[in-house]
Amino acid sequence: MNYLEINHVSKSYETKKVLNDISIKVPRQSIYGLLGPNGAGKTTLIRILNQITMPDSGEVLLDGKPLSPNDIANIGYLPEERGLYKKMKVGEQAIYLAQLKGMDRREADKRLRHWFMKFGIASWWDKKVEELSKGMQQKVQFIVTVIHEPKLLIFDEPFSGFDPINVNLLKNEILELREKGATILFSTHNMASVEELCDNIMLINKGEKILEGSVYDIKQQYKNHSYDVVYKPFDGSGEQHLTVNSTNPNELIREIIDKGELVSFNEILPSMNEIFINLVTA
Amino acid sequence: MKIGIIIQREYLTRVKKRSFLLITFLAPLFFAALMFLPTLLIKNSEKFDEKRTIAVCDESTVFINRFENTDFNTFIYIDNDIDDAKNLVREGVYDGVLYIPGTMLNLPTNAEIYSKKQIPMTVTAHIRSTMKQVLEHQKLLASGIDPDIVKASATTINVQTIRMSEEEGKDKKSYGELEFLLGMFLCVIIYFVILLFGQQVMRGVIEEKTNRIIEVIVSSVKPFELMMGKIIGIALVGLTQFLLWAVLTIAISTVASSFLPTQDVFSTGTVMNQQITELQTHPVNNESLQQVFEVVNSINFKGILWCFLLYFIGGYFLYSAMFAAIGAAVDNDTDTQQLVMPITLLLIIPMICSGLIANAPDSSLSIWMSMIPFTSPAAMMLRIPYGVPIWQIAVSVVVLYITFIIFTWLASKVYRTGILMYGKKVSWKEIFKWIKY
Repeated sequence: MNYLEINHVSKSYETKKVLNDISIKVPRQSIYGLLGPNGAGKTTLIRILNQITMPDSGEVLLDGKPLSPNDIANIGYLPEERGLYKKMKVGEQAIYLAQLKGMDRREADKRLRHWFMKFGIASWWDKKVEELSKGMQQKVQFIVTVIHEPKLLIFDEPFSGFDPINVNLLKNEILELREKGATILFSTHNMASVEELCDNIMLINKGEKILEGSVYDIKQQYKNHSYDVVYKPFDGSGEQHLTVNSTNPNELIREIIDKGELVSFNEILPSMNEIFINLVTA
Repeated sequence: MKIGIIIQREYLTRVKKRSFLLITFLAPLFFAALMFLPTLLIKNSEKFDEKRTIAVCDESTVFINRFENTDFNTFIYIDNDIDDAKNLVREGVYDGVLYIPGTMLNLPTNAEIYSKKQIPMTVTAHIRSTMKQVLEHQKLLASGIDPDIVKASATTINVQTIRMSEEEGKDKKSYGELEFLLGMFLCVIIYFVILLFGQQVMRGVIEEKTNRIIEVIVSSVKPFELMMGKIIGIALVGLTQFLLWAVLTIAISTVASSFLPTQDVFSTGTVMNQQITELQTHPVNNESLQQVFEVVNSINFKGILWCFLLYFIGGYFLYSAMFAAIGAAVDNDTDTQQLVMPITLLLIIPMICSGLIANAPDSSLSIWMSMIPFTSPAAMMLRIPYGVPIWQIAVSVVVLYITFIIFTWLASKVYRTGILMYGKKVSWKEIFKWIKY
């Protein structure tokens, strides 16, 4: 069952068509990657989901029902351009933002302190935001995004500005959130994290959807049938590495075992990065 | 109610700021100082002046023994010539020498004062007026007119203006100057507070934009709620400040006045103080002193206060909506200049015309200015001390409040588009286009 469905959404600014008939289906408790170059329309699509802008046509269904103002509490959004009030204390500010999401003050306080402990930033509670490093601020922003336990989480470039250790921390948190039942929409240029995290992806360019599906299916679709072969020839010379194109792997293996002892045989699947670049520059 | 949460944040972060506390507590001290310092200075003037002896070297002999000694100045008449006298000053025998050169035909009208230290202006003024009196007296005698007759013919004229009201027995005496000053004061105050707090709204909006917190917030609340929350929160900050100022000024004045003789408590500054002493020295005019108090009592301060609040709120909302739209349209403080200019210009118009309005509060210019919503808050403040018909206030307030609702609505459209727009130099033309989105 799909938690989020976008049906034929279009949006134009003046004469420029930013989104053209975009439809996606995001299954419940999955991580969905929204990919595309800069200016492809990702941010506009995300803003439509957050009801910051309205689509010219098409509809958005959340849990089978059209998006309504009450859904604000069901959505957590970490924008790409993100920041905090510099002069405000961290804890106070986190409570404020949680309250704007409709949380009760006391409940927000309790949950935030728990999260602050978990992220090892409890001692920053009474510090002003301007005293925090950028990475610290990002952690606070992440906490604020998930604090009201939304059913749909939207992360726009969540890893930018994090060091590798914190990227890892964040990845684990995102996977854990999915385990707990959240559906996650994930917009990024970082293809490595897409392969690692996403169940499904959509590639969007110049407002048009150009690719959609599960990461596995897409890789299968764009593979060019090349194989990485390692074997030890019978004549006693050293190991041979080969990259071979073949539409018939059985035939290929048969050929190799005639020549020597097969050490390994792997299909080379294109990386998401290659697919992305090929499709966007085509 | 999310707007309540926003108002609370906007209010508390500003009220807790050190600068707010500083201004809130220092301003009443400043007001109190303005009220009491002149009185204190006059009472303790000996501490600010010193005694001096001035030699008078009068070659014309017209002014011998004519200069009256004062508390600080003693005049000594000497026969030495001016060079001798200057030497005596150098040696420190005298503090200064007043030299009046002899003249052949005319009466001497020039004088010079030599001194090592600067002679205060009050002393030169004293000398000038004495010389003037003496010479005028001599001229009159020379023309065969008895100076006493001239003195006796000096007359003071009182013109009392009385505003007739429909009902009999409710006519209002007015004092002109007093209403003029009060009107000017209110006009300047309302101009400053609208500008001050309106620009705070603008800066708040820019802060959210440059901080990039805006997108997080508008995913939780409607841009309109955020804008109104900010405007209302800052309005409450302004009202809190007024209230604290009023309370503190009264408190400080009360405390300060207990250290001063009671008579001084009622003198609200030098002007009144001088007027009163002047009136007291001329018993004929004692009547007008009473009139001043009568007029002060006749001014409806309570009504003025309510009008001030009504116009402050209306004017503030109208202008802060425009300031919010500008804040949303730009990326940083420096880009605001050209957009803010036309708005401040609108506010300044009644200030420029303030003389005309206060001089003729019921002229058609005055009435129109106090009806047009952009100028009405400041213009009405100029008229209000003279008394304005209730229907005019009602019409003007209704027009002002309707305009502010329309402008808030328009501004929210600009705001909605602007807050998510970065890196674009925005012109007025662009802003008007956003209204249509």
